[in-house]
Amino acid sequence: MKFTLSWLKKHLDTTASLDEISRVLTMVGLEVEGIEDPSAKLAPFTVCEVLEAKQHPNADKLRVCRLNTINGEVQVVCGAPNARTGMKGIFAPVGSVIPATGDVLKAGALRGEMSNGMLVSEREMGLSDEHNGIIEVEDDVAIGTPLPVLLGNSDPVIEIKLTPNRADCAGVRGIAHDLAAAGLGTLKPLDTTAVEGTFKSPLGVVIEDTKACPLFIGRYFKGVENGESPLWLQEALKAIGLRPISALVDITNYMTYDAPRPLHVFDADKVKGDTLRVHLTKGGETLAALNDKTYTLEAGMTVISDANGPEALGGIMGGSSTGCTEATTNVFLEAALFDSVRTAQTGRILGITSDARYRFERGVDPDMVEDYMEVATRMILEICGGQASELVIAGDMPEWERSYTLRPDRVKTLGGVDVPWDEQVRILTTLGFEVEGQNVSPPSWRADIVGEADLVEEVLRIKGYDSIPALPLERTSNMTTSAITPRARKVTAARRAMAARGLLEGVTYSFIDAKAAALFGAVDPAMVLQNPIAADMNVMRPNALPGLLQAAARNAARGYSDVALFEIGPVFDMKATNQQSDVLAMVRTGHAVPRNWQSEARFVDAFDAKADAIAALEALGVPTAGLQVSTDAPAYYHPGRSGCLRLGANIVARFGELHPSVLAALDVKMAAVGAEVLIEALPMKAAKSTAKPLLSLPAFQPLERDFAFMVANDVTAEKLVRAVKGAEKDLITNVVVFDEYTGKGMAEGRKSLALAVTLQPTDKTMTDAEIEAVSQKIVAAVAKSVGGELRK
Amino acid sequence: MSTEAPDQLILSVQASTSLSDLEQHRVNALGKQGIITAWVGEIAKLPPEQRKDEGQRRNIKKNEFIAALEAKKAELEAAALKARLEAERVDVSLPTRPEAMGRLHPISQTIDELIEIFAQMGFTVAEGPQIESDDYNFTKLNVPPDHPARQMQDTFYMPDAADGAKRVLRTHTSPVQVRTMLNNKPPIRVLVPGRVYRYDSDATHSPMFHQFEGLVIDEIGKVTMAHLKGTLLEFYRTYFGINDLPLRFRPSYFPFTEPSAEIDIGCKRGNGEMKLGNFGDWLEVGGCGMVHPKVLEACGIDPTKYQGFAFGMGADRAAMLKYGIPDIRNFFECDIRWMKHYGFVPLDIPSLALGSVA
Repeated sequence: MKFTLSWLKKHLDTTASLDEISRVLTMVGLEVEGIEDPSAKLAPFTVCEVLEAKQHPNADKLRVCRLNTINGEVQVVCGAPNARTGMKGIFAPVGSVIPATGDVLKAGALRGEMSNGMLVSEREMGLSDEHNGIIEVEDDVAIGTPLPVLLGNSDPVIEIKLTPNRADCAGVRGIAHDLAAAGLGTLKPLDTTAVEGTFKSPLGVVIEDTKACPLFIGRYFKGVENGESPLWLQEALKAIGLRPISALVDITNYMTYDAPRPLHVFDADKVKGDTLRVHLTKGGETLAALNDKTYTLEAGMTVISDANGPEALGGIMGGSSTGCTEATTNVFLEAALFDSVRTAQTGRILGITSDARYRFERGVDPDMVEDYMEVATRMILEICGGQASELVIAGDMPEWERSYTLRPDRVKTLGGVDVPWDEQVRILTTLGFEVEGQNVSPPSWRADIVGEADLVEEVLRIKGYDSIPALPLERTSNMTTSAITPRARKVTAARRAMAARGLLEGVTYSFIDAKAAALFGAVDPAMVLQNPIAADMNVMRPNALPGLLQAAARNAARGYSDVALFEIGPVFDMKATNQQSDVLAMVRTGHAVPRNWQSEARFVDAFDAKADAIAALEALGVPTAGLQVSTDAPAYYHPGRSGCLRLGANIVARFGELHPSVLAALDVKMAAVGAEVLIEALPMKAAKSTAKPLLSLPAFQPLERDFAFMVANDVTAEKLVRAVKGAEKDLITNVVVFDEYTGKGMAEGRKSLALAVTLQPTDKTMTDAEIEAVSQKIVAAVAKSVGGELRK
Repeated sequence: MSTEAPDQLILSVQASTSLSDLEQHRVNALGKQGIITAWVGEIAKLPPEQRKDEGQRRNIKKNEFIAALEAKKAELEAAALKARLEAERVDVSLPTRPEAMGRLHPISQTIDELIEIFAQMGFTVAEGPQIESDDYNFTKLNVPPDHPARQMQDTFYMPDAADGAKRVLRTHTSPVQVRTMLNNKPPIRVLVPGRVYRYDSDATHSPMFHQFEGLVIDEIGKVTMAHLKGTLLEFYRTYFGINDLPLRFRPSYFPFTEPSAEIDIGCKRGNGEMKLGNFGDWLEVGGCGMVHPKVLEACGIDPTKYQGFAFGMGADRAAMLKYGIPDIRNFFECDIRWMKHYGFVPLDIPSLALGSVA
């Protein structure tokens, strides 16, 4: 909402400065977004005299001018045809900013002649489109007179950010009302006395749907002259960015911003028939609107029709066929009330924004329709002449009067600040509320006030939010407890553990490309956005890997292909609680070990991802020693180089190389592995006690024996290790696979796995015979469980 | 053997150039057949009157020889060690073995900081789903279906639920307020961080971003707008580490609070930079207000007995302001150069006690 200072002063009698007005506007909730003082940017430009204008020696169309300026004598080069000796013009000094272009004027030579400034045109000053020559100034104006003084125009334009509840402040008068209540002056009276109609309107109005349009007040004017509006009106509209059109249109625009009272004016001679009908559309009607666009209307829109059909969209925009032109002499003025919800819907469906819609969808004062009809009538008669008819009134003013109890201590108990009751009453009364005892009735223009809390806000905002003290919250307990759940704490630990392992934490969008999602399983139609912001952000991700892989591909495209990323966030699934579950996903691409002078470079492999998954599980409090590996990872992994980590029967993580066709589809051109830790599948109970289990240290040294077993290729290392451990459960505390060998010397289909087995005696040092006996047991167990034999 | 012989032996020990040479001298002198061994052994054959003095003299000489031997041995060993170490020299300017340190995303660090600060004030963290019903996202928050405020924030819509309920991507973290009130009895103090979604994308907006909001509910009069102001003052000062950071409330409008305020903190602007502090200018950072009685009612809390406040702001924005990060869209790009530059080392855990919050 924009208005000028002088416009405000038409409603507010005040001596307050612009700064003070601006500060108070913001502090009563009408946030000032900007103040533009049109004179400020014209201030550097002053009147000068052209002492001599002579032909440029090297350019036909240029003149070299010697100027007498506020800075003394200055030479400029000028291309304007009207630059001549003895004239007065406007001088732009070096360093000034030309308003039309925003360029800083520099000194320079033009074809060998110095130019230390410029003589300017109206267009360069942003005053008009005139650019055929430089500005000419009357001879009697003193040299050095600033351009704003010459123009006499320094009316600042104030723009406020209007919250949707303050429909009343979509008009200057509403703003003035608030400022008056805040003590910045007094509200000037509004002359709403009725204008006597001199004839009966030949046009009538019928309302067919009083919910869509409860009240329509019309008036016929004959013999008007629709020329240009007076300068003050044009200036006021131009200042707030509206284009003056004709007197009648300008008057309706002015009232829209002034009251706020949107009006519409029909050229009465173009209206077919003798009745305007306010009704809802059936659907399929068309309307050529004043914005030169033709709209096909849907059912249930409020229109004003004549015998021809719809001529205006109620509360939004008029139609061009009954629009006013310079030739218009008889008009019909409409001041009506339109339902805010329907107006908003219609505007949204048709994509029309207008000053009228903006106000009707917020709500227009139901009590002042007739008053503002009279104000507008007086303006039309003054500016356009003619004669006004008696009023045509269809429908009734809707019920708006209501009252709420305001307990005198409520401002204190809710707002936290003591405001004496008589001060509360004064504030409410100046805002137009009526106060009787504790009963408070809001004024007609404040439909947003619907309860006691609203009244408290009114008192507080006028009193000033600055008067609210800052008090600390009371402690609720004398014990400080954790702010987060045990689960959240573990997730935090996992996040920091992943970063400590060299992975960078990313956050990728929750919505991804359906094509990318499909690589990770069927896309559930229930997870497809109805209005995605972009075609490739159209489905809630079923998996966090595609986003990370695409991120890795983007980094590779920038020249960084060794990337380690992880993300902790939701994936979406209709079957999950709340349709989402949290995962920790990671991706590594390119080299695991980059080229270096000490060791061989190495690309990422499944074991990098497995290590990350296990580290994450460890941080998440999972007893990782009990994890088992199965080879049933989903199809987006490499079928032979991936696995699942299980805790009992539950899959808690998946890891491995990504499937080459998935990588190709996502444009990942380097080696890539990933893992997903399924946080929701993990046990998340808080530890019952802070005490750790008692540590018992054996008194005897552990000893280590190495074995190499030949087993069939399909015997997994995990199975072999489990067989060994099972041979002597209490004694064998650790088994490490330190070599895997296939090839020369091995029978077809067999491989060798070498193990280091740690034995931990607990009651005495073992003898050689006892150690040998354990070795025999291990060999026997391996033979029995996995068909392996000791490699000799 | 003359008495000069041991002195000669000592001289040859001192002239030794290697440990093996030295060992040869030792065996030669002190071995079973060694010269000094024999010379000392001869004492027994001397006449008794000479034995004492001569014996003493020969033993002293023997000890002198041993001392010389050991001194030379130490000297040669030191020289050998020195030579070995010299030979072992490496170019220590060569790089270390490759290792990578990861980084935490600034939003994670920021949310941990927020939690740390609000935990001191007795808040606990609450979370909720990101696909919400329009009932929780709007209706229960006093935004009825035809309310113009629904156009204030553009919403992503999902296909309707099986029961016909409208599904939306939550446009704010406030539906978690609803869930908290429906499931808990006052007093309530919760902090809600998380992802939110709005149909908006330009230089300062991302269709997905993070919010955090707080909700406090207690008996009428116990928590007022003054406590809201106090809570936020404490938060912003602690978070930015500026102990005189001014805070002001400006009247505003949100459907779910009444009275409502926008929160400004002190700053100054100039030369394309902004600095927070007590400088006279203001920066809007969030919104807040007293929970609307209709919201309390919709969430099963009796507004004649209880009241409270709520506040919220963009968590990404909080991170940007504190850490000087210019563009929100980079938050979700995973550009590793950005991540390494703006990210946090994992052991930099926010703690007020350790001074790692601000």
